[in-house]
Amino acid sequence: MILDGKCPTGPIEKTWDKHRFDLKLVNPANKRKYNVIVVGTGLAGGAAAASLGELGYNVQAFCYQDSPRRAHSIAAQGGINAAKNYPNDGDSIYRLFYDTIKGGDFRAREADVWRLAQVSNNIIDQCVAQGVPFARDYAGYLDNRSFGGAQVSRTFFARGQTGQQLLLGAYSALSRQIKAGTVKMYDRREMLDLVVVDGVARGITVRNLVTGQLESYAADAVCLCTGGYVNVFYLSTNAMGCSVTANWKAHKKGAYFANPCYTQIHPTCIPQAGDYQSKLTLMSESLRNDGRVWVPKKKEDCGKHPNEVPEDARDYYLERKYPSYGNLAPRDIASRAAKEQCDDGRGVGPGGRGVYLDFADSIKRLGEDTIRERYGNLFEMYEKITDENGYKRPMRMYPAPHYAMGGLWVDYNLMSNVPGLFVLGEANFSVHGANRLGASALMQGLADGYFVIPYTIGGYLATVKPGQVKTDNPEFKKCEEDVKAEQNKLLGINGKKTVFEFMRELGHLMWENCGMARTKESLEINLKKIPALREEFWKNVKVTGSGAELNQQLENAGRTADFLEFGELLCRDALHRNESCGGHFRVEYQDAGEAQRDDANFCYVGAWEYKGLEKEPELHKEPLKFENVHLAVRSYK
Amino acid sequence: MSDHKTMTLTLIVWRQKNANDPGKFETYTAKGITEHHSFLEMLDCVNEDLIHSGKDPIVFDHDCREGICGMCSQVINGAPHGGQDRTTVCQLHMRKFKDGDTIYIEPWRARAFPIIKDLIVDRSALDKIVQAGGYTSCHTGGVADGNAILIPKPVADEAMDAAECVGCGACVAGCPNGAAMLFTGAKVSQLALLPQGRAEAAARVKNMSNAMTECGFGNCTNHYECQAACPKGINVKFIARMNREFIKAQF
Amino acid sequence: MQLFTSSIGRKILMAITGLGMVMFVIVHLLGNSSIFAGPGGLNTYAEHLHSMPLPIIAGFRIAMLVFICVHIWFGIQLTIENRGGRPQQYAVKACQKASFASENMIWTGALLLLFIVYHLLQFTFRVTPEVAGFAGQMPGNVFGMVVTSFKNFFITFIYAGAMVTLFLHLTHGIQSFFQTMGWSNDCVQPGITKTGTLVALILFLGYVAIPLTIFAGILKG
Repeated sequence: MILDGKCPTGPIEKTWDKHRFDLKLVNPANKRKYNVIVVGTGLAGGAAAASLGELGYNVQAFCYQDSPRRAHSIAAQGGINAAKNYPNDGDSIYRLFYDTIKGGDFRAREADVWRLAQVSNNIIDQCVAQGVPFARDYAGYLDNRSFGGAQVSRTFFARGQTGQQLLLGAYSALSRQIKAGTVKMYDRREMLDLVVVDGVARGITVRNLVTGQLESYAADAVCLCTGGYVNVFYLSTNAMGCSVTANWKAHKKGAYFANPCYTQIHPTCIPQAGDYQSKLTLMSESLRNDGRVWVPKKKEDCGKHPNEVPEDARDYYLERKYPSYGNLAPRDIASRAAKEQCDDGRGVGPGGRGVYLDFADSIKRLGEDTIRERYGNLFEMYEKITDENGYKRPMRMYPAPHYAMGGLWVDYNLMSNVPGLFVLGEANFSVHGANRLGASALMQGLADGYFVIPYTIGGYLATVKPGQVKTDNPEFKKCEEDVKAEQNKLLGINGKKTVFEFMRELGHLMWENCGMARTKESLEINLKKIPALREEFWKNVKVTGSGAELNQQLENAGRTADFLEFGELLCRDALHRNESCGGHFRVEYQDAGEAQRDDANFCYVGAWEYKGLEKEPELHKEPLKFENVHLAVRSYK
Repeated sequence: MSDHKTMTLTLIVWRQKNANDPGKFETYTAKGITEHHSFLEMLDCVNEDLIHSGKDPIVFDHDCREGICGMCSQVINGAPHGGQDRTTVCQLHMRKFKDGDTIYIEPWRARAFPIIKDLIVDRSALDKIVQAGGYTSCHTGGVADGNAILIPKPVADEAMDAAECVGCGACVAGCPNGAAMLFTGAKVSQLALLPQGRAEAAARVKNMSNAMTECGFGNCTNHYECQAACPKGINVKFIARMNREFIKAQF
Repeated sequence: MQLFTSSIGRKILMAITGLGMVMFVIVHLLGNSSIFAGPGGLNTYAEHLHSMPLPIIAGFRIAMLVFICVHIWFGIQLTIENRGGRPQQYAVKACQKASFASENMIWTGALLLLFIVYHLLQFTFRVTPEVAGFAGQMPGNVFGMVVTSFKNFFITFIYAGAMVTLFLHLTHGIQSFFQTMGWSNDCVQPGITKTGTLVALILFLGYVAIPLTIFAGILKG
């Protein structure tokens, strides 16, 4: 089937304005008759719940953490892009649009990206009004820094905690609506099923994580703002609770999963120290503004103390390979380059999986105080984890799974193919194509939540009668029973291996065979091994305790079960896409280490339809048209 | 990796089935721990052993494991987050302990934070304080340009110092009175420092301090244990600023 | 009125009444120091105080009584509330900043209250046995009364102990006043704490000098 993204046509500059005007409106007095469910309270979910509540809709918001303020958007460090052009360095909405399309390796929709670039400026204004303490200069104006994949300074930041501050802004707006009674907040609830009645999304089934009770909630529209799925690699920069579960359950109820193989591996993370490790910690991309990336030229030097490797024996490979972008090359390129050096045997640190990020030159040029002011908290974090002082010796870095560009398929209105099911933020596939540029995830989450969904959800709700389905509908009962049955099954296996052990095995398979470099063979191995692992899981997992209490093992077991199904889809998507683009690098398709796209055959969004557990999913395609930015080989040289 | 020396530790951990259970300490042994284990990874190892032997693992709140989400919350040897300067439990590493150490692990203890299970407490009271006024009442859309309000760097920096709070509740856990003044003071100060928050400053400080009392938090007696416990090093000067705002709000 | 009911409001009342009493303690020491000028000094000072118009004396005494009552009332109220703030203590106690003084304000306060009562009974109402001879005349030979009293070891001991208690109470109390009134920040707070301790120390030395010098026989009648 050919999918239609329902993108507006005409001059790109007018698309969003025209579309907004064309959308139907819900009468202010009628808004409170509509119930909207928002799952997840990160930047997208928090902003959406707050904005929809403020408009007058009856919002029910859900998060699995103990407070909406803890969603993993909080961990974003570096910044948020906007086309303000405050530094007068040649930025514009068009340039942000262009950079994002190109950065995504021409695998995103033009209209969606244009809208993102257009509303980016409103986001900054909105956040300032909320009291987000963005960095300022001495005159009181907003400050900017540079980020990868751009040659202008358009990134706004709040020290190394931009995500935290933006999320707290959204959380404060949400808190205001909770107080006003327009949003009812349900924390410590995990969504375990989507309730679809007659093909329309009508509600969700959640587990109360404190009591273990299953609860049903009905609504006229459901917004999934449930983040990304890179915990499928087990070790990633995501929070421990991040999972594919909400998306996967929706997928199993009919929502298409688009481009799951587009996963971002972030180039600067603290390398793994041991097998017991539970997660990887990212160090902001902004560090590459002042840090130089290198490895020794000769293998023999890899064991030496980095400060003893003389200047001419160092290979500043990013500066060598990409002279115009240098250390600020986009993430996919920088990550692959790091892997290349390590594969060449010139990696440093334990297991030779690491490259140096060296601040010595910047410290010499700007002084340690300036560097401390810019990145102090990051250096502190690095020292806490590694016990090494980044001011005195170069930091060790290695790429780690960080972000999912893929997600549930949505049209221009952010509605999935299931009517009434909207998907926002990282959970959808829409704007980043095959690779996300730094500082644009925060932009997307807030754009979707503050400035897109408030309009587009009205366009949908205006066409439906409110309150058609209530929780007494038999479908709700059935969903609860299904969830209950799955939980009882997990609790009843009483096998020999823990959930973590399975998750580690899956992560290992995914990282080795479907990580930074993928081949037909490696993916085929996974397509055999993952179903086998899944089978073993359902026979041999050990989950103690009961379902009627707070049971973290049961929570993790459910998430792992979903990852074991989803991982296979990811590999299948990667196998079908016989090209390299952005975060998806197929070894067979390269031109001297650079990704080789195949626009003739793969210039489309690949959206998968679930057909049953042991059945092959069906691929639907949405062709991508590039009318403003011309398809070209992406070069950062 | 395997070449590291490993440690064996004795853990004395608070176990409590639910809010109504009286709870008690249980003793466990953590084996094979290296200096590179984080504290939570050490607990993961203990839990894996417990699961293998068919016992209920220790439950504790955690999520980002990089010190920013504020979810992790354990009192280690009497100190919230273990007492290392500006460090959350998830960032505390085992190199701070010695082979053979005995470690007491307890949940946050405060009237306003009832225990849910083992080391997990209910911190929704902190959300209630924010709901009482920890925001500017701006609408989505229709706001001025970001540069329309000039905020000099020192002011923006100080607001940021206050805004760094991760809402973990260590200040409450560390306070002998179970007071939430540092948490509340930080939010009140952040918004009082910024011009966009001034308009509602008086109502905010009154409402938030009332919410604090209603939620069952104690009163501040200037012990400054909160600052010592805070993993973000939030300074007690923000409590002073809140007091100042409170006095201003009376006139 | 939020001042009398809210958490911060009641703290402010504690601070202001505390400040009033610190002021009194300072003035009281300055006046008492006249004892070092011999019998004439202290007795003249006492005469002078007693010759003030009645409204001033009564007004002052009522004000002090109100200050003390407010300070005690809210002190007890807040302490009871605060004890409930953490119903169950930690198995391991590991305070990093709280001091003996800050943790025991209620007890040092209670001891000071007992001392004030005793002090008033002794030198104002003159009902304790050793000063019975001075009860008839007001103010009379105050110097003689004081010297007679402090020749007694137990009385000197009680006074010295009370001054240690006052010192502890003020080391926390004075800097706490500035924090509660919002007149503190990270730059001045260390200075305020040190100055507060210094003031408390000066008051302690000043006050304790009187009984000790008398007991040691340095100051004689």
